[in-house]
Amino acid sequence: MARNIQSLERAAAMLRLLAGGERRLGLSDVATALGLAKGTAHGILRTLQHEGFVEQDPASGRYQLGAELLRLGNSFLDVHELRARALVWTDDLARSSGESVYLGVLHQQGVLIVHHVFRPDDSRQVLEVGAMQPLHSTALGKVLSAYDPVAHTEAVEGEREAFTARTLTSEADFEGVLDLTRARGWAADVEETWEGLASIAAPIHDRRRMPVGAVGVAGAVERVCPDGELKPELVAAVRDCARAVSRDLGAGRF
Amino acid sequence: MTDAHTTGPFIAAIDQGTTSSRCIVFDKDGRIVSVDQKEHEQIFPKPGWVEHDATEIWENVQEVVAGAVVKAGISAADVKAIGITNQRETTMMWDRTTGEPVHNAIVWQDTRTDALCRELGRNVGQDRFRRETGLPLASYFAGPKIRWLLDNVEGLRERAESGDILFGTMDSWVIWNLTGGVNGGVHVTDVTNASRTLLMNLHRMAWDEKILSSMDIPAAVLPEIKSSAEVYGKAASGVLKGVPVASALGDQQAALFGQTCFSEGEAKSTYGTGTFMLMNTGEEPVNSYNGLLTTVGYQIGDQKPVYALEGSIAVTGSLVQWMRDQMGMIKTAAEIETLASSVDDNGGAYFVPAFSGLFAPYWRSDARGVIAGLTRYVTKAHIARAVLEATAWQTREITDAMTKDSGVELTALKVDGGMTSNNLLMQTLSDFLDAPVVRPMVAETTCLGAAYAAGLAVGFWSSTDELRANWRRAAEWTPRMDADVRDREYKNWLKAVERSMGWLDENTGEE
Ligand SMILES: Nc1ncnc2c1ncn2[C@@H]1O[C@H](COP(=O)(O)OP(=O)(O)OP(=O)(O)O)[C@@H](O)[C@H]1O
Ligand SMILES: [Mg+2]
Repeated sequence: MARNIQSLERAAAMLRLLAGGERRLGLSDVATALGLAKGTAHGILRTLQHEGFVEQDPASGRYQLGAELLRLGNSFLDVHELRARALVWTDDLARSSGESVYLGVLHQQGVLIVHHVFRPDDSRQVLEVGAMQPLHSTALGKVLSAYDPVAHTEAVEGEREAFTARTLTSEADFEGVLDLTRARGWAADVEETWEGLASIAAPIHDRRRMPVGAVGVAGAVERVCPDGELKPELVAAVRDCARAVSRDLGAGRF
Repeated sequence: MTDAHTTGPFIAAIDQGTTSSRCIVFDKDGRIVSVDQKEHEQIFPKPGWVEHDATEIWENVQEVVAGAVVKAGISAADVKAIGITNQRETTMMWDRTTGEPVHNAIVWQDTRTDALCRELGRNVGQDRFRRETGLPLASYFAGPKIRWLLDNVEGLRERAESGDILFGTMDSWVIWNLTGGVNGGVHVTDVTNASRTLLMNLHRMAWDEKILSSMDIPAAVLPEIKSSAEVYGKAASGVLKGVPVASALGDQQAALFGQTCFSEGEAKSTYGTGTFMLMNTGEEPVNSYNGLLTTVGYQIGDQKPVYALEGSIAVTGSLVQWMRDQMGMIKTAAEIETLASSVDDNGGAYFVPAFSGLFAPYWRSDARGVIAGLTRYVTKAHIARAVLEATAWQTREITDAMTKDSGVELTALKVDGGMTSNNLLMQTLSDFLDAPVVRPMVAETTCLGAAYAAGLAVGFWSSTDELRANWRRAAEWTPRMDADVRDREYKNWLKAVERSMGWLDENTGEE
């Protein structure tokens, strides 16, 4: 077995020590308990404090576990919570764009649709919540692949099927699209998954700037992308919606 | 805030709800420009008692109005009118010279007046005032709560009789404060809120002297009854100073208005703290023989009032909150869906949340909550599922009663409210009703309805037809359940309901 890193072992021991009940310990308590020189213990505590894993009480100078540790264990954003927070803004996006709106998250090797708002035109439509879409060709999938490293790995390592003549399947092309997506903050799919359909999507971030999902509009290519140009006002509306939902997620618990 | 649609003018709606107060700014298309919201404390002094601090509520209202106006980046000059909607029946009394509440507000779910209601029923019982008011005698309504305050707050009756004390539901409290409070605030209520007091005659739209004397309530405390859409006064201070206050509607009637149910036979069901299904019955009140209420739907200015049949369910969203706050099984309301989706069925468990007795169609104040069908097999996920199913079954009981009373078959159910973001619940609802469930594009129909009424009053919108054109379908769930499964489950639910009844001793009302 390879040698372990001593300072990490010591840091772990400190966290365990501080986790023992509701307690605050002074520097010398910590140093003594772990058999370390004060200077060494202080260096490690300072690093942990910088990362938010440990906090120092300003009055007593004693140390305790930091809030970041709690967040690590709780960081998963419930998709139903995401839908509840997004509801108002996605309704408004459907209304202002006249197109259907989808909210997607990474699930296994694809995009899981967790919310769908109908196109506001009174036509019969079927709710697509629970459906899966591919990562490499849809606007939602590209956004997730561009911002979420796990989605990226899935998309790069998975098979990239050519659904239409316009689907990008080579890794180099795909990475190029992701670079572009990150650079401009949104992605599009113009008949790369379904003939006749185009979509535009942008990322949703939580309060720690973690990518938690993507929101987008989808519609007939001649409306979303007339004369081969994506409608700039649709792009703006999608990005505004993504920002509004992200802002809402940053506002703390409901 | 989403794009360039935010060129005024606008309407601001204030929703003083059971769990929170919110303010939403709408534009001419009925689109949301900004929202601000703040929860207030739920005070539970004893089992069955629920109170709010009315002073806290008024402070929150001012805060969310300021918040929404700032977020929208607008000023009073851009706002054409303010609309008010509110949790209904919640009762408070205050001193007209100091503006101080004499007691916490008694919330609609509060059951402290159960025994008083039985007493008031005399030898006739629950339906003693039904012909005049459309309501059964139940602790839910405002009248008995006023009587309780008069009987239990030291010296209040004398002060009330000498004209120093004002009664109001939250619409009256908000409007009185908004229009100046002790400095000339107007003391009014609208027909929809007044129709929930057990004190208003439905046919005359006026306080009923005979009932007032039966309940021993001095007329001096009562607000003036106005239509739901007219200018009551102007905001006297705050960020919206000078803007007309131009509508008031109970929250459920506001949702009916926001869903644009303007024609006879149109209905909606709102899923919030409780759930309330209202059906527009046109210009005639329809009597219920199946446990529904007859109530006022709305009245626009000097037009004829429009009536509604209502099925009221006390506990739906609040059961989810109970799972979150009291049981700690979930961290947010939305997580109930995650927990419930981790199993395929209820595992044999049925949850009847009769926390305040059973409302429609039973009106049994002696009922209390039960979880029936428990075995060692049942997990918290099954309970979560039973929680959502309780909302769906209670709706089914109401729609059955609606069909019987109105003769109108349910072809689709229009829904709104916070719980409609729960996809599993909406699918379950469609399965249990065996009918499509439809959500409109603005789920905040309560605020929207108040905004619509205020906008009509000041000519911002010209007619209800114009409003109807704004309605859009956002989602639709269709039934997927086999009829035999549905029938079996419904029977089990009804058995569980049976078991919730008779828990309290009728004679003493003791917990
Ligand atoms: N995703 C969800 N699943 C189940 N219940 C939910 C969900 N989201 C919200 N709720 C419930 O819905 C209620 C909030 O909805 P809403 O804001 O419409 O309530 P409300 O009755 O209008 O509140 P108020 O009485 O303050 O007006 C809460 O009781 C909450 O528990
Ligand atoms: Mg409400």
